[in-house]
Amino acid sequence: MTPEMAERLAELAKQVQGYIYPNDIDVHWSILIVVYPYLTGLVAGAFILASLVKVFNVKEVQPTYRLALLTALAFLLIAPMPLVLHLGHPYRGYEVLITPNPTSAMAMFGFVYAWYLMAVLLLEVWFAYRKDLILWARQEHGVMKWIHRGLALFSNDISPAAIEFDRKAMKVITIVGIPSAFLLHGYVGFIFGSIKANPWWSSVLMPIVFLFSAIVSGIALVILLYMVVVPLRGGTIDMKCLEKMCAFLFYAVIVDFSLEFLDFIHRLYESEESIKILSELVLNKLVISLLVMQVLLGMLAPLGIMVSIKLFNLNDELKRLLYFVSVLLIQLGIFSTRWNVVIGGQMFSKSLTGLTTYKMELAGIEGLLMSIALLILPFFVLAVLMKILPPWDTPSTTALEPKVAA
Amino acid sequence: MNRRLFLQRITSFLLALGVPAGLLGAKRAAASAKHEKGSDKPWYGMTVDVDKCIGCARCMDACKTENDVPREPFYFRTWVERYIITRDNEVEIQSIGTLTNPASEAVTEKEILRSFFVPKLCNQCAHPPCVQVCPVGATFQTEDGVVLVDDERCIGCRYCIQACPYGARYLHPEKNVADKCTFCYHRISKGLLPACVEVCPTQTRVFGDTRSQASPLTRTRHMSKIHVLKPHLNTEPKVYYANLDGEVK
Repeated sequence: MTPEMAERLAELAKQVQGYIYPNDIDVHWSILIVVYPYLTGLVAGAFILASLVKVFNVKEVQPTYRLALLTALAFLLIAPMPLVLHLGHPYRGYEVLITPNPTSAMAMFGFVYAWYLMAVLLLEVWFAYRKDLILWARQEHGVMKWIHRGLALFSNDISPAAIEFDRKAMKVITIVGIPSAFLLHGYVGFIFGSIKANPWWSSVLMPIVFLFSAIVSGIALVILLYMVVVPLRGGTIDMKCLEKMCAFLFYAVIVDFSLEFLDFIHRLYESEESIKILSELVLNKLVISLLVMQVLLGMLAPLGIMVSIKLFNLNDELKRLLYFVSVLLIQLGIFSTRWNVVIGGQMFSKSLTGLTTYKMELAGIEGLLMSIALLILPFFVLAVLMKILPPWDTPSTTALEPKVAA
Repeated sequence: MNRRLFLQRITSFLLALGVPAGLLGAKRAAASAKHEKGSDKPWYGMTVDVDKCIGCARCMDACKTENDVPREPFYFRTWVERYIITRDNEVEIQSIGTLTNPASEAVTEKEILRSFFVPKLCNQCAHPPCVQVCPVGATFQTEDGVVLVDDERCIGCRYCIQACPYGARYLHPEKNVADKCTFCYHRISKGLLPACVEVCPTQTRVFGDTRSQASPLTRTRHMSKIHVLKPHLNTEPKVYYANLDGEVK
C-alpha cells in the first residue's frame, strides 16, 4: 500500500459520519463507473432517436438520422474504456468474454456489447451508407476511394432492387435494434438494480429509469450536435426537425421525471429500514448533485424552458438559444443522475448507520482528468467518422444519384 | 402460414427455449443437492457467542498475521464491533482498532444500559451474492461450503464488494483483487482451526462441520438461541450468532 493511499484513507476516516463497516470506507466504483453508464445511455438514446425515422416514420427528424447513428457508434466504441480502466487487473478483462459466469449480470456485458455493436449498429450504419459509399468511391481517387470501397465491402450494386433491399434491411435492423438498445442500457441498470445488499440501488425500476434517462440524454446529445455541427458547416438549422426532436425530448423528460418521482414516493411511503440512512445521504451528501443539479437544473429548468417556448410566441433565434440551453442543462442533469446512482450508492455503509465520503483524484487512472478525456474522446471519434462517412447528403452524391425513387 | 404449421413452429420454438432452461435447472438442482444433509463432505460454519466476547481484538490481530491482511486499519477480514446502548435507548457503535470509528469516551458509565462486543467476518453464505455476481467466476463456493477468491482469476471489478451485504470484502491494495475471510482454508483443510478461533481466549468463536452431530459447533447451535445477520436477504449465512441483540446491524 502506498503512503498516498494510506494518507487518503486516513483523511476519509476523519470525515466518516456515524458507524460504518471498516471495509466500507472506500468508494470502490469511482467516477469512471459514472462515465460508463453515461456513455452507454447516450448510445441507446441516440439510437432510439434514429429509429424514430425508420420505424415510426417521423419524417421531420430525417436530417439527424445518420448523425444519430454515427453518434451512437462513436460513443459505443469508447464505452468499454472506463470499464476496463477501472479494473484492478485490466489485462484480465478479456476473461469476462471468454469465461463468463452465467449468473453474473456483469458477465453479460460481452454478449450485449458485441450484439449491439455487430448485429445492430455496424449493420445499420453499413446499410444506411452502402449506396453512398459506392457513389463516393466511383468519383474519388486515391486513399479515400479505397477506404469507401472497402467500407462498402466492395459491393457495387445500386440497382433499385438493391436499394430497396437496403431500405428493408435497415427497417428490420432498427426493429431489432430498439429492444437491443433497451437491452444495452436496461442491463446496465440491472447491474445496479439487482444488488439486494444496497437499498439505494436495489429497485426493479432501476433498469427502466436508466432507459428513460438514456433516451433523454441521447436525444439531447444529438440535438446539441445538430445545433453545433450544422452552423459550423454553413448550413441552416431545420426548425421543424429541431422542434420535433425537442418535442420528443420533452415527453421523454416527463416520463423520466415521473419514473424517478415514483421511485422516490415509493421509497418514502414504504419507509423501510434503510429510509433513515437514505434520507441522511440525500440531505448530507447529495444536496448539490441530486436536488440542485439533477432535479432543479437538469429536469425542472429545461422542462420550464420548453414549456415557455410553447407558451410564448418567440422568434426562431431565441427558440434555438433556449433549446440549446435546455439540452446543455439536460446533459448536466443526466450526468448528475449517473453520479447520484453510482457514487451516492457507495457513500453510505451497508451497516445502514453511517456515511463515508468520495474524494475524487485529479490525475491518476480513476481521476477527474481521465474522465474528462473519456467524455471528450467520443467526439473525436465522431469527427473522424463524420469525415469518412459524412452524415449529410453531399452534392456529389445527389448529382450522381440514379433515379431510384420509384 | 396455416394453423398446423404455426403450431409446429411454436412448439419447436418452445422446445428450443426449454432444453437449455431444463439443463440449467438440472445443474441448479445438482448444485443444491450438495447442500443436503447426508452428504459425506463437511459443510463448514461458525458460531459466535456475543455474550462471551470481551473485545480483546486478538482475533483481528491473528487474522492479519495469518493471512497477510494489510496492517493499515482500512482492511479487515474480521473485526469486532462494540455496541453501547444508553438508558435513553441511543445506540452507539464503534469498531475496535479501526480509524473509521475511534472509540469515544463521550458516554459515561452511568448512562450505559448495556454494552457488548460483536465479532464480524464473512458470513460464508450458503447463497452467496458475491459468487452470483462475480463476472468471471473468480469467487466461488467450495464443496465444503467455504466462499473463496481465486487471486489468479479475479479481475478486480469489485462487483462482489458491492454485492456483499456484510461489508466483509475489500480490494487488496497490493494484489488489486478482492479479498475476504476464507475460514483460514489453508488451515482447516489440514484439520486445524481458523486462526481467530485458535486465539480466542473465551471461546467466543466455535468452528466446525454443521453436518456433524457431535461437533462443538452443533452443540453450541443446539444449546443457544441462534440468529443470523440480515436474514431478510436470504443469503443463509453459516456464521451463526448466539445471544445476538436486535440492534446489531
